Amino acid sequence: MSAEQYRFVSADRRVREDRRFVVGKGRFVADIDLPNTKHVALVTCPYAAARIISIDKRAALAMPGVHYVLDGCELAAATLPLMTGLDTPNVPRRPLAVDAARYSGEWVAAVVADTRALAEDAIEKIDIRYEPLPFVLDAEQAIKPGAVLVHAAHGSNVLLDRTFVWGQVENDFAASPRHLSLQVKWARSSTVPIETFGVLASWDPWRDMLDVYASIQMPKYPDQIAMALRLPASAVRVHYDVDVGGSYGVKRGIKHSVLVAYLARRLGFPVRLVEDRLENMRGGDAHGPERLFDIDVAFDDSGLIRSMKMRALENIGAYAGRSPFQLGKPIGAIVGPYKIKSVQYRAIATVTNKTPQDAVRGFGQAPTNLAIERMMDDVANALGLDPLEVRRRNMIQHEEFPYTIPSGTTYDSGDYHRVVDKVVAPTVYNEMKAERDRLRAEGQLAGIGIAACLEPSGGNASFEPLLNSKNATTTWMDSCRIDVDLTAAITATMHTSSAGQGHETLVATVIAEVIGRDPDGIRVVRANSLNSLPSNSPVGSRMAIMLGGAAFHAARKLKAKLTAIGAHDLGIPPERAIYEQGKVYDRAAPDRRRTWEELVAIAHRNFHRLPEGFEPGLAVAHVYQVPTGGTLPTADGRVQMYPCFSFEFHLLLLSIDPDLGTPRILRYRLGHDCGTVINPKIVRGMTMGGIAHGIGAALYEEFAYNEDGQLITQTFMDYLLPSSLEVPAVEIIHHETPSPHTVLGQKGSGESGYLGAPAAIANAVNDAIRPLGISINTLPLNVAKLGDLIAETHARMGN
Amino acid sequence: MRINLIVNGTESTLEVEPRTTLLDCLREYLGLKGAHAGCEHGVCGACTVLFDGVAVRSCLMFAPQAEGTPITTIEGITPGPGELSPLQDAFCEAHGLQCGYCTPAMILVAHALLAGNPDPTRDDIVDAISGNLCRCTGYAQIVEAIALAADRIRGSNRPSELRS
Repeated sequence: MSAEQYRFVSADRRVREDRRFVVGKGRFVADIDLPNTKHVALVTCPYAAARIISIDKRAALAMPGVHYVLDGCELAAATLPLMTGLDTPNVPRRPLAVDAARYSGEWVAAVVADTRALAEDAIEKIDIRYEPLPFVLDAEQAIKPGAVLVHAAHGSNVLLDRTFVWGQVENDFAASPRHLSLQVKWARSSTVPIETFGVLASWDPWRDMLDVYASIQMPKYPDQIAMALRLPASAVRVHYDVDVGGSYGVKRGIKHSVLVAYLARRLGFPVRLVEDRLENMRGGDAHGPERLFDIDVAFDDSGLIRSMKMRALENIGAYAGRSPFQLGKPIGAIVGPYKIKSVQYRAIATVTNKTPQDAVRGFGQAPTNLAIERMMDDVANALGLDPLEVRRRNMIQHEEFPYTIPSGTTYDSGDYHRVVDKVVAPTVYNEMKAERDRLRAEGQLAGIGIAACLEPSGGNASFEPLLNSKNATTTWMDSCRIDVDLTAAITATMHTSSAGQGHETLVATVIAEVIGRDPDGIRVVRANSLNSLPSNSPVGSRMAIMLGGAAFHAARKLKAKLTAIGAHDLGIPPERAIYEQGKVYDRAAPDRRRTWEELVAIAHRNFHRLPEGFEPGLAVAHVYQVPTGGTLPTADGRVQMYPCFSFEFHLLLLSIDPDLGTPRILRYRLGHDCGTVINPKIVRGMTMGGIAHGIGAALYEEFAYNEDGQLITQTFMDYLLPSSLEVPAVEIIHHETPSPHTVLGQKGSGESGYLGAPAAIANAVNDAIRPLGISINTLPLNVAKLGDLIAETHARMGN
Repeated sequence: MRINLIVNGTESTLEVEPRTTLLDCLREYLGLKGAHAGCEHGVCGACTVLFDGVAVRSCLMFAPQAEGTPITTIEGITPGPGELSPLQDAFCEAHGLQCGYCTPAMILVAHALLAGNPDPTRDDIVDAISGNLCRCTGYAQIVEAIALAADRIRGSNRPSELRS
């Protein structure tokens, strides 16, 4: 299928959600007022590890307007531990610390008061006595024998240590004339949305119903709350019509939600917790990967890479939810866009006394792409070859798709060389190199950065059974329902909340395309969790594929139903009936037709005119299974991880102030291929936003800890998000290689910029400082680090 | 304490704690939810309102400090029910937003910019919004939205025979 076939898909149409936001009428969780709502503030542990000796609540409870102080013992007695991804029963995770706290900022008690300000006042009156305990912050230290144990009952800090060998790794290494090794470190950062996480819960004891409003992006959220509270999920009604003020993975909020839900039930009034920025950054359990890579690579004199050994050590912080799975998803694109024949991959996840992680944009793929792309540059440099040429030689060719990588995933489609050619050709790359050399001649440090990367999309959570043998998940479905009412108006229902991805626009566009009706006339609403069909929320760059797929199939069902009604009413065999833009006519006599309104009226009112066996009314639904999903991993750990693979190629020119170390991006070009684009405005926005986020991870952002285990970047004055001054204009070069697996050829696009930008920037920085004979492989490459490194080098060189 | 606020042209007398921030006052006392809390320490700009036409952070100000000075929020620049100002419409046309959380503040900042500089350069726009963080867009479509609005507003102010 090509874009010319479409009326609405790929058209540069407005995003319907935008109207409510530009007038300040989004409905964020902090905007929702329930009568008599009380507010929560949290008491946090000031030590990296400590035993809780006593909690004296009396002075706080004596304050007017303070209703309750909840501690971890009470909550633990009333609830079950939160769900974890790995099978680690001795590493329980709870909303409030019980007996011991394991990171600085961990929640120890929750105060409920008339206002948030009062609750914060009351925190100061709570007297908690601690016994500080030894702690461990560094992942390499944590996995050593004899290390301080974060969870003594587990017997070790290691939650996951699994080595996969796919192909003849040792043979390929032995047969390769050249080898090299490198170490790369992805620093702890996160998505840090401008809206913090928030949740509001109320309990109705006469209806046995918990109503939950949350800024949530979490698969199986209602079920997880219900299980922890020992309620049937039919007693938990999560309202999905809450706008989420950015998430990009992290708004998982299970601990917050269980805490607030318990309080609402216990106290009998609605309770709200909206994190303040400190709670969000320190105790919100929303840090991203902190990953150390050790790579050995085997290649030949032409730069062809034959085999790779990668060790990835992840510092997941004090507790684990789904975070260790972020070592699993990259298995589905472990060789990037390259034809590497064999791979050894060792994935280690260790707990430490840092803030726990949760899912961050790309679910672990961005760090792995950084490692792969740094490796590609090192191979090029070892051979004195152009890094672009080395990539071209290793990339999978267009005619080789579908292409199965050693870890068992088959890439759906791609045209990598053409995308690269579009970005660099005919003279752009040479112009950029000339500009780099001119800057160098002027005494500047300047470098070119290249990174290719894949965006696995459509997630089917195969990393769950791969890394946890007790978990046999083989579906990650999503759903759409369409109703046509008696006035002939169309309402589509989706079954999750969104965080700016334009899903209402997606649903309307896809349905309109299939049934040939105006998308602006299609209402899109959001169910709550009790009247919804199954969804797995907007994770894994999956909604264009999965919600789009569900909407497509539901619309096809609607179209088929209308066609059958029309044929029956016209008295013709179904194959003679033609559906066109809502009307059905007789192929043999086109004047004989039923209009949209007539067909709808028959369905709603004239049972006697419906085909035999038809249900009256016009309601259709589709629950969509992940394309290519449905099978468990093999014993040697091969699996089809995700169905679709978008491709990006980043090329940029960067300068570094030779005295101060300030990096500055001078030109940025991106080739982007996510198959069929459903809405160009949305795809462009996501791509740009991802690049900005990647710039942050590469150059500015870090959750840094001091030696006492205190998070020292806990405000926006020290954890630095890129502003408009740091994000350059980006030339996006578009290409479309449709996926054979999806309804319109679409692939995912929510992560691409973030997956490649850090690698491209790291390569540019290293190209810039290469003339000094130095390199740097630890993010973030911030001004302080670069300035010090350059100064040390000059001092060593005596100039 | 009792204070008088002039918000979006309407004067209100309110009884607030002296420590109430202007942001909390607008949201909780006046029900104006378009100003958002992002960091509450004056960096992200999501709480921006216009203070006598100047973009300020309402999280860094106490409500009593706003006594007597005209305050404009996003609700105050929206022309009417279901209607959009040229700036708001341009943000829709350029898709200068995603999640919408920083958006009212961005639009107010742009409003203040265009009031004083109807023909801003790209650098002017980038500079004007540099105190407001957006995590979704990478700013490109925000910059385009403001440039588009400026262009349209200038166009609509030209004599009709000169419009292209």
